[in-house]
Amino acid sequence: MAKIASNLSKQAGALLNWFDDRLPVTAFWNNVMTGYMAPKNFNFWYYMGSLALLVLVIQIFSGILLAMHYKPSAAEAFASVEYIMRDVDWGWLIRYMHTTGASFFFILIYLHMFRSLLYGSHKAPRELLWVFGMFIYVALMAEAFLGYILPWGQMSYWGAQVIINLFGAIPKIGEPLTQWIRGDYFISDATLNRFFALHVIAVPLALLGLVLLHLVALRENGSNNPDGIEIKKNKDADGKPLDGIPFHPYYTVKDIFGVGMFLILFSFVLFLWPEAGGMFLEHDNFVPANPLVTPEHIKPVWYFTPFYAILKAVPDKLLGVLTMGASVVILFFLPWLDRSPVKSIRYKGTWYKVLLTLFTIAFVRLGLLGMAEGTPAQTWEMRVWTLVYFMFFVLLFFMSPRGKTKPEPDRVTH
Amino acid sequence: MKKLAITLFLAVLLLPLSSLTVAAAGGAGVEYSAANIFDTASLQRGAKWYVNYCMGCHSLSYMRYNRLAEDLDLSEDMVMQNMVFSNAKFAETMDIAMHPEQAKSWFGKVPPDLSLIGRSRGADWLYSYLRGFYQDENGQWNNTLLPNASMPHVLWTLQGIQTPVYRQETSADGFTHEVIDHFELTTPGIQSPHEYEETARDIAAFLDYAGEPAKLKRKGVGVWVILFLVLFTLIAYLLKAEYWRDVH
Repeated sequence: MAKIASNLSKQAGALLNWFDDRLPVTAFWNNVMTGYMAPKNFNFWYYMGSLALLVLVIQIFSGILLAMHYKPSAAEAFASVEYIMRDVDWGWLIRYMHTTGASFFFILIYLHMFRSLLYGSHKAPRELLWVFGMFIYVALMAEAFLGYILPWGQMSYWGAQVIINLFGAIPKIGEPLTQWIRGDYFISDATLNRFFALHVIAVPLALLGLVLLHLVALRENGSNNPDGIEIKKNKDADGKPLDGIPFHPYYTVKDIFGVGMFLILFSFVLFLWPEAGGMFLEHDNFVPANPLVTPEHIKPVWYFTPFYAILKAVPDKLLGVLTMGASVVILFFLPWLDRSPVKSIRYKGTWYKVLLTLFTIAFVRLGLLGMAEGTPAQTWEMRVWTLVYFMFFVLLFFMSPRGKTKPEPDRVTH
Repeated sequence: MKKLAITLFLAVLLLPLSSLTVAAAGGAGVEYSAANIFDTASLQRGAKWYVNYCMGCHSLSYMRYNRLAEDLDLSEDMVMQNMVFSNAKFAETMDIAMHPEQAKSWFGKVPPDLSLIGRSRGADWLYSYLRGFYQDENGQWNNTLLPNASMPHVLWTLQGIQTPVYRQETSADGFTHEVIDHFELTTPGIQSPHEYEETARDIAAFLDYAGEPAKLKRKGVGVWVILFLVLFTLIAYLLKAEYWRDVH
């Protein structure tokens, strides 16, 4: 037995050598896994990135299976989704993986971005890492919007109608632009067809490319950490960071635990609560698209509602669209708006804690208001929180160079 | 500071959004149905009421007879003899013979397919809707949940006829108007009020099931998946703790 085993391992070693002579397999593994030194003080917030990668894989996998049964035509789309739900073996599981995955993708990305606000992960030298991340976020929003039209329910149809019409607010080219997007005078079979193509090929390709760039940029400077100090400043005799541990096996085993925790939550929603009370799957979307009947209350899915509320807060359509656009674009500039000498919230003064708390409340509250029907009182509330949302960036820019800070430690804390 | 921030955050989240709370409650007049899709006898009765009273006009065009038989514990013969009134085959969907053009001229609008009504409206709404029919002063059918809808009370022989008793109500802006206080059963039906409640619940449960037949299986599978994951996560935690012993 032992002899066979040792023979086998010798042969496996020989095979690996054969590959290493032709492709840098071992070198790559050492570079990105065992030789990649990560700070040892990661906390809860540092699970989100690897989990988002997991959800990306889930979405691609379940998406391929869905595309095998789905029909991207206005006449057949709705029925083909029901065919998946009823007649395809485990079709309901495939579909719910995809719908639950979509919402969880955004939950993770929002938490991942919030982590950066907490610990200053966007600050030098990781500005590009943040910018690539923002491009991923925008691509993800496009992907979600395009995918939402595919079930061809009432909300698919009318949600797309509202969003596409936003482009109509642009002077002169607005109207022709909306026609160009739809490929028709109204949302029709042509729109559905092209949205399907973009959803399954164009945007996923862009997403994968951006994720690769995001990871390459991450590897270059390594992760930030809750203390916001560079572990590369303290190295041992071999040149290894004193507060660093190899990503593999330490963070791979830790992330397996994180994956387990996440999948419990994910499965709970998928199997026991897939509609999430109408948040993840909207009730009105179980009614087939009907161009002649406008639903009582059109609203986007929860992950868009903060921006939808900002749009609705502004009385003028063009200004509203511009304000909404600005609310996303301003995030790209975060690394240069935050001019504080320290990164982590742990060593920033009270001023930052107050600003961040208000900003977080504004974002979540806008999300809730974006789902509501929009009474005049709610519109006023949206205006207040929209102002708070933008004031965060303005105040951050002016206060961060002057605001009080505490001294950063030399080594990471526990 | 951290605690204060979190408290503030939660406090603002819980501030009520006036119209949001109404929407979440499903609107006025919707009562809890206690419809249970795991009660097979209830689904069987619901299916019986549905094919006899509703399916003249409302198809279930995503629902197959053989799936119905399998999920509701019915034999092929029972379904083919008691539930199929057309020349449909066992593996076919529950379509109806009525032509949409005719339906439009008879009812003013085509009665919708109800395959997914359980998902768009929910069992509680359906239950309340079936109990919300009344005859107004002009002898017209009306419904508390869908005022002035074109659908007559198909189940009136079962429930009987109820007429509204009104009361005066003054709204916040000072205007007084009539609202329905309660119903009075002016003509009794074949069923007692309690039996009719049961019938409405059975139909609601059946439509809830028909909206997503996979729900019967999904929840059972889910419990096992979650139990497996809990075990997996526990082992993953022990593995992590073992590897990390030299870091702490």
